Amino acid sequence: MPTPLGRRRGKPTIAVLLSTLLLFVTGCAGAGAIGAGGQTLVIAIVANPQMNDAIALSDRFEREHPGVNLKFVSLPENQARAKITASTATEGGEFDVVMISNYETPQWAANGWLENLQPYIDASEGYDGDDFIPSIRESLSYQGSMYAVPFYGESSFLAYREDLFQQAGLTMPERPTWQQIADFAAKLDDKENGIAGICLRGKPGWGESLAPFTTVVNTFGGRWFDEDWNAQLTSPEFTEAANFYVNLVREHGEVGASSAGFSECGNRYGQGQAAMWYDATVMAGTNEDPASSKVVGKSGYVAAPVSTTDASGWLYSWSLAMPKVTEHKQAAWDFMRWMTDKQFVQLVGEEFGWNRVPPGCRQSTYEIPEYAEAARAYAQPTLDGIRDARQEKVMAEPVPYPGMQFVGIPEFQDLGTRVSQQLSAAIAGQKSVEEALQQSQEYAETVGKAYQETR
Amino acid sequence: MRLGRISLTAFTWLVAILFVFPLIWMVLTAFKQEADAYTDPPRLFFTPTLDQFAGVFERGFLPYLANSGFVTIVSTIAVLVLGIPAAYALSLAPVKGTKNALGFFLSTKMLPIVAAIIPLYVISQNVQLLDNVWALIILYTAMNLPLAVWMMRSFFLEVPKEMIEAARVDGATLPTLLSRIVLPVVAPGIAATALICVIFSWTEFFYAINLTAARAGTVPVFLSGFITSEGLYWAQLSAAALLASLPVMIVGWIAQNHLVRGLSMGAVK
Amino acid sequence: MTTTTAAPPSASETAPRPQGRRGGSPWKRRAPLLPALIFVIAVTQIPFLVTVFYSFQSWNLVRPGSQHFVGFQNYIDVFADSQFRGAMLNTVVLTVVCVFVSMLLGLGLALLLDRKFIGRGVVRTLIITPFLILPAAGALLWKTTMFDPVYGLLNFVFGGETDWLSEFPLASVMTQVIWQWTPFMTLLILAGLQAQSKEVLEAAQVDGAGRGRTFLYITLPQLSRYLQLAALLGAIYIVNSFDAIYLMTQGGPGTASTNLPFYIYQRAFEGFDVGQSSAMGVIVVVLTLIVATFALRLMFRTFDVSGGVK
Repeated sequence: MPTPLGRRRGKPTIAVLLSTLLLFVTGCAGAGAIGAGGQTLVIAIVANPQMNDAIALSDRFEREHPGVNLKFVSLPENQARAKITASTATEGGEFDVVMISNYETPQWAANGWLENLQPYIDASEGYDGDDFIPSIRESLSYQGSMYAVPFYGESSFLAYREDLFQQAGLTMPERPTWQQIADFAAKLDDKENGIAGICLRGKPGWGESLAPFTTVVNTFGGRWFDEDWNAQLTSPEFTEAANFYVNLVREHGEVGASSAGFSECGNRYGQGQAAMWYDATVMAGTNEDPASSKVVGKSGYVAAPVSTTDASGWLYSWSLAMPKVTEHKQAAWDFMRWMTDKQFVQLVGEEFGWNRVPPGCRQSTYEIPEYAEAARAYAQPTLDGIRDARQEKVMAEPVPYPGMQFVGIPEFQDLGTRVSQQLSAAIAGQKSVEEALQQSQEYAETVGKAYQETR
Repeated sequence: MRLGRISLTAFTWLVAILFVFPLIWMVLTAFKQEADAYTDPPRLFFTPTLDQFAGVFERGFLPYLANSGFVTIVSTIAVLVLGIPAAYALSLAPVKGTKNALGFFLSTKMLPIVAAIIPLYVISQNVQLLDNVWALIILYTAMNLPLAVWMMRSFFLEVPKEMIEAARVDGATLPTLLSRIVLPVVAPGIAATALICVIFSWTEFFYAINLTAARAGTVPVFLSGFITSEGLYWAQLSAAALLASLPVMIVGWIAQNHLVRGLSMGAVK
Repeated sequence: MTTTTAAPPSASETAPRPQGRRGGSPWKRRAPLLPALIFVIAVTQIPFLVTVFYSFQSWNLVRPGSQHFVGFQNYIDVFADSQFRGAMLNTVVLTVVCVFVSMLLGLGLALLLDRKFIGRGVVRTLIITPFLILPAAGALLWKTTMFDPVYGLLNFVFGGETDWLSEFPLASVMTQVIWQWTPFMTLLILAGLQAQSKEVLEAAQVDGAGRGRTFLYITLPQLSRYLQLAALLGAIYIVNSFDAIYLMTQGGPGTASTNLPFYIYQRAFEGFDVGQSSAMGVIVVVLTLIVATFALRLMFRTFDVSGGVK
């Protein structure tokens, strides 16, 4: 304030005011939040169907553990990831248990942000940590210890409507190529009846559209970076894959593809609005669940389509981890154990039906007769997909980073999000594939340069 | 002439109904079963149900409602407690520099809130206010204060100067002066200001979504849970939207005249 | 408030000075202003100063230990980023179009309401309601029940299978924002219409001025203060639009409906690039301040703030 202040007299006034303000603020802080108190566990979770089932069953846990209250923050993938990452990275401590994936787990464990779960696993009788599918377990480990426990695991595969294929006189090969899929999509595309040829994700987000897209890139022989961290987004293979993906979804994909993610695609397919759907293997559970699907029992499942490689697909696991700053560590572990236990699988199967069991992480799940019966159409393809999801099988060229459908470096959250926005723009027809890739290449070069320098 | 007037009235009604049709549709959808909400053509007649409202409460709506209510009320009171003396100083007892102060107040309103969100996040975390209703209260108070001071200042200008001078001569202190002389005159204006603060606090989204998680979430945060398109959810979304907006809607309807007055700053003084 | 007694009485106060005649020293008279002022400074300015500090750092939140001073590098990167320029353009388009259209609609509605007819109170209640709805609720409702390509009302009315949110993302967002802000404009303009003196209007009619001429030469000039106020307040809030974009399009498809607040949010909370997002924040503040200086000057002229100070 450019006012000629009476300095001498001004100071005490300001001091009094400041202290009043301070009192006000600290008084506020002391009061805390409404409803806090007792042992309340705050759990940040991704709002996918299997997680919602867990939330619905969580009163069982509270009954078994009196004095522990559960509060869920359940958000769609992108929003959940933003909140969880911000909180964990700043050690904000809002959450006692967070749901993360095999992308974050090794990085965050190395940063010292996560509690080592191995001691808890080893101390929990009957939990049987060795029951987890080995590839999943390894992807969640850092220096031989697990830092997250898998809730479900997945690869990717293709669902198709057997009834529509039969009507059209088509047969799905056991290991289809992308070219065959594109031909099928063209034949089955039925605009009049509102049935799209194929459902593919187009929603921005590295965990959304980039997951299926990057598997297509991989099998077409493309890669994000070569071994010297040169960005490869404008290479002929990457360009060919991008053109293929964008054209396929633009010509024969679902309505609103540029904003359709896993949930949206599931909705469309479950409502009978698509003849095929290439996505996470967990989709089968919702497709075959009468409560959410109109196409129960009508689908067949085959391995992820390929082009130049023998296999394709991704490896992903939604898992539970505990931030280091968590206050109620034992209670948090009790909950994590409850949600990833064999008994939870039983509970879901009995309460909601065997199709809704969280798949792809415990080998014992596949030995349950009821599950084997309910999941006969997709259990084996799921296991095969997860087993085949290794870099050397699904990629044509070697890469300097971990991960298949993602680039396992911290910068990928930002890079992936921005590239996926470009991809969505191309899918929506706002720009050409070449323009989108050109811009993406610039982003990727900046990231690659940082790694070339530090090498 | 008469026919013209009737048709103009009919036209006005038509426009009004078209304009609020999204809301009318929301109310209708809120009473539908999910299956009735997803139909082509849209269904105008159906068997109404209260299931969706029950569903909203099952999803744990009440704590969010309580947080919203608490944050809104406390921050509005704080705005008034801080704002009334300030507005008084700016209107009835102005000295040199007050114009600059007023300008400063208004200019803070123009700073994009997004510019400081990361420091706010870090600071809230350091003073243990992350996911705490008090963080929102402090921020909403600061957010509404400039507009409130400015509005109340124009209401205060309506107070006859002579009354204040007379009271001053009689040796009245500021609190007496405010409560005995000024407040009765400006009470409607303060009510209008409070109403605006209530609306803006109740509907605030950005701070709420970034600085709260489970404990301190407000009603807009609850609604943002519907951002996904997973499953059939329109009917429940409509019910939630209706419930979330209802408190402010009712207050706003009842206090319409205050709202008009408040917005026009006491006839733009 | 105890603050008024905080200024200790001193000898100089008893000396007759021009201001003393009107009661107390300048400081005593300023005291009631200070709590509010200090509070606003503390809550709005300190975080901003921290933002300025961050904007000179290279810091990726998810890469611990990456924080170091980089000078103006972030600013250089931001200006070289075509997405940032796109977001800036979107912000301008969104603000200008929304303010302008909602004021036009508001003027129309206010004119319709500014006369006696059956159910006027009800109609006014209906029209203000969109302003009272949570913007979050409004955005989600428009996204689903209105814009949905399959079950949305818009496609039912207009036919076709338009996917509004991906084909016309910015226009769709603007529609929702305009719908939300039109009631606000209507109310303000209505207050202005009702404040104009009836005598002048009647005199104009006696003089034989037609409706159109009366509106153009008498009503509009009288309304101009209200219109300016409406534009200013609308702009302040709409330029910060976040809810609608976050909930309806997430800035997409691509970056077609990304405005600056959403872009900064995204770079901060999805990309975790603290340095660059802070630099963007600072740039936005500087730009806003430049625009706001003009706006403030306009406002002070309009409402003659100095009138109260004398």
